[in-house]
Amino acid sequence: MSADKVMTIALVGNPNSGKTTVFNVLTKLRQKVGNYSGVTVEKKSGRMTLANGKKTDVIDLPGTYSLAVRSTDEKAVHDVLFGHMTGTERPDWIVCVLDATNLERNFYLVSQIHDLELPMVIVLNMMDELEAEGKAVDVEKLQAVLGIPVVPMVATKGKGVEALKEILSKETLPAHPRPWRMSEPMEEEVEGLVQWLMKNRNLDRPLAFSEAVIWISKGNIECEHIDADEQLYTLLTGAWERLSVKGVSWRMGAIEARYNWVHKILDGVVRRGSRRKRDMTQKLDAVLIHKVWGWFFFAALMAFMFLLIFTVATYPMDWIDAGFARLAEFVKNVMPAGDLRNLITDGVIAGVGGIVIFLPQILILFFFISLLQDTGYMARAAFIMDRLMNSVGLHGKSFIPLLSSFACAIPGVMSARSIESTKDRLVTILVAPLMTCSARLPVFTLLVAILLPSASVFGKTGIMMLLYALGILGAVVMAWVFKRTLLKGPTPPFIMELPPYRLPSVQSICLHMWERSRIFLKRAGTVIFAFSVVLWALMNYPKHEGVSAAVALEKSYAGQIGMLIEPVIKPLGYDWRIGIGLVGSFTAREIFVSTMSIVFNVGEGGGALTLREAFVRAQWPDGSPLFTPLVCVSLMVFFVYAMQCISSIAVVRRETNSWRWPIFQVVYMGVLAYTAAFLVYQGGRIIGLQ
Amino acid sequence: MKIITLDKMQVGQSGIIQNVVDESVICRRLLEMGVTPKTSLKVVRFAPLGDPMEIELRGYHLLIRKCDAAMIEILLDERTQMNADKRGADERR
Repeated sequence: MSADKVMTIALVGNPNSGKTTVFNVLTKLRQKVGNYSGVTVEKKSGRMTLANGKKTDVIDLPGTYSLAVRSTDEKAVHDVLFGHMTGTERPDWIVCVLDATNLERNFYLVSQIHDLELPMVIVLNMMDELEAEGKAVDVEKLQAVLGIPVVPMVATKGKGVEALKEILSKETLPAHPRPWRMSEPMEEEVEGLVQWLMKNRNLDRPLAFSEAVIWISKGNIECEHIDADEQLYTLLTGAWERLSVKGVSWRMGAIEARYNWVHKILDGVVRRGSRRKRDMTQKLDAVLIHKVWGWFFFAALMAFMFLLIFTVATYPMDWIDAGFARLAEFVKNVMPAGDLRNLITDGVIAGVGGIVIFLPQILILFFFISLLQDTGYMARAAFIMDRLMNSVGLHGKSFIPLLSSFACAIPGVMSARSIESTKDRLVTILVAPLMTCSARLPVFTLLVAILLPSASVFGKTGIMMLLYALGILGAVVMAWVFKRTLLKGPTPPFIMELPPYRLPSVQSICLHMWERSRIFLKRAGTVIFAFSVVLWALMNYPKHEGVSAAVALEKSYAGQIGMLIEPVIKPLGYDWRIGIGLVGSFTAREIFVSTMSIVFNVGEGGGALTLREAFVRAQWPDGSPLFTPLVCVSLMVFFVYAMQCISSIAVVRRETNSWRWPIFQVVYMGVLAYTAAFLVYQGGRIIGLQ
Repeated sequence: MKIITLDKMQVGQSGIIQNVVDESVICRRLLEMGVTPKTSLKVVRFAPLGDPMEIELRGYHLLIRKCDAAMIEILLDERTQMNADKRGADERR
């Protein structure tokens, strides 16, 4: 390695091993989040400086239990370690982060990484938990047996970090050749594959061996649709047959051999504990996932989260709103009147303000999500909910993204990343915006007020609950439909580790929130900004001087579009003015309210009318009232199902890496909304409702 | 000596894995998570709706659906039968 080349270190480990905490301690704020080229797997990398002053790149690979790939996340780990990932250097050092309290299973991955014969260090993280159980690990002995440096660490307290940096600044030494062995027939068959892979795939011996073991342990179901060419497939089939004849289980052969090696290595290295393991966790779980109390706690936690999102978040949201209003005021004062000023105040500032205002809700939501993840409750939530999610063909892990979407579909779609199976992740993303998000609330509040002006708080709440239920029903039905048609696939297996409860680290929660909000503002911001400008232009051009705002709007492009679509929306009970509102609301739902106030308020009342009064007075040209109860219900149903959110579209585009899915989503939800509103309005008229 | 499948076990019972019979992707996942023959395990609890279940093995806890657990054959430790019966009686009370 030349002196000026930047060294690359990859962090590898099981989920729940505290790998990301180690990454945070090493890189602090010098980290960036991007994507691996061509795949929707998050690439977390950062910079650190070693003891010898050498700058080093650190990559935090996704958590995995094995190098035999099952999900896109795990494929990224495999590809980076094998040097097959375009745009990412093969690492010079591998830091294997292990949960010290759970060495047996964690060492399975170590044995796989060991096969690669790359320079590696083993970090025994969470040593404090191990000691709390009264256990001990003989680090010296482990190091001697393995021939690999072993660093005990408590990453949350920064203990052992300097020792790790010290080792990383030394000369890199490749790991010894493979220390474990399989049964003779397995060894022979694997050797045959190794020879073939070295010759035909141009792999060096360690890589060829790793691949050969992965291939041979996979069944023909898994090998059918992979990059295995005919020749390799024939070789494998032959190997499986010969082994079966000899009575050797090729499926278990390698895996059992690894676990036997792990057992031998750890024998005499780990001293058994005096105290009962997971005492605290057992006590907590006895209540938190209890048959009865478990539901209470779960419901209370979710209710508390939404309470914060819908109440506490409104304060900073008001400040942001006021801040942007003041900014617009300031611009109005310093700039001469004209189109440019209007573009800046009504288009840019209003548009950008419209997204930034959701930041408090997103921060609170991601605070909860990372808190639940770091404490270990998230796995319990999936455990509790899996049975219900399973009945529509989804995984317990789909629950959190769907739940988050009640606040806002954007974090919901983003948090779907934790779902392993690509198809299930897509189904979750596709139905997430059907959950009633907070942006629909202003619209619903307005419509409920018109529909039931004199109803009590309970009556209004009842209608709201009904609307939420409609959204949930839609999501459940659509998920069921997608799982059986477009994204057909078996219910994904639920094989999950249940980690002990752990105290969360403030640093990692803050970093997570910071990271997510930055992604939100950057990704959604650019697109919604552009669309706000376009919408502003549609509503303000062509220019008409000396007429009221309502008339100007009527003659604008937006007004013309409203007129144009009137025949289409008339069967739903809407006129062209509602049409303008609908056109505007496709950028963001709550824009409907502000557009409607421009359309109705200014023109007809000549001043002090509230929007509600203006709505009540609005008429068709023949004098019949526009906002009949049936029209209100039809509009509500439309808003429950339609995908009217540019930011969500932008985020789905980012998360699925193509325009195909967001376009499909807009279309299917549009059809759903139109059909539902049509049925409500026309059906209502048939049975004689107004 | 009694061999039953994992999904039929009760809370508090333990046993030793004899075989993992299925030939699907799920089988390899289970093996890689350490659910290999000759490993002992214990049933900790079932989810509030009765499925999935929580088991303890190799010093950690694993969540698994009953339909997947049905593929795992266990040599039941008869001594733990009594614990399970007692627990069942406690819960009924």
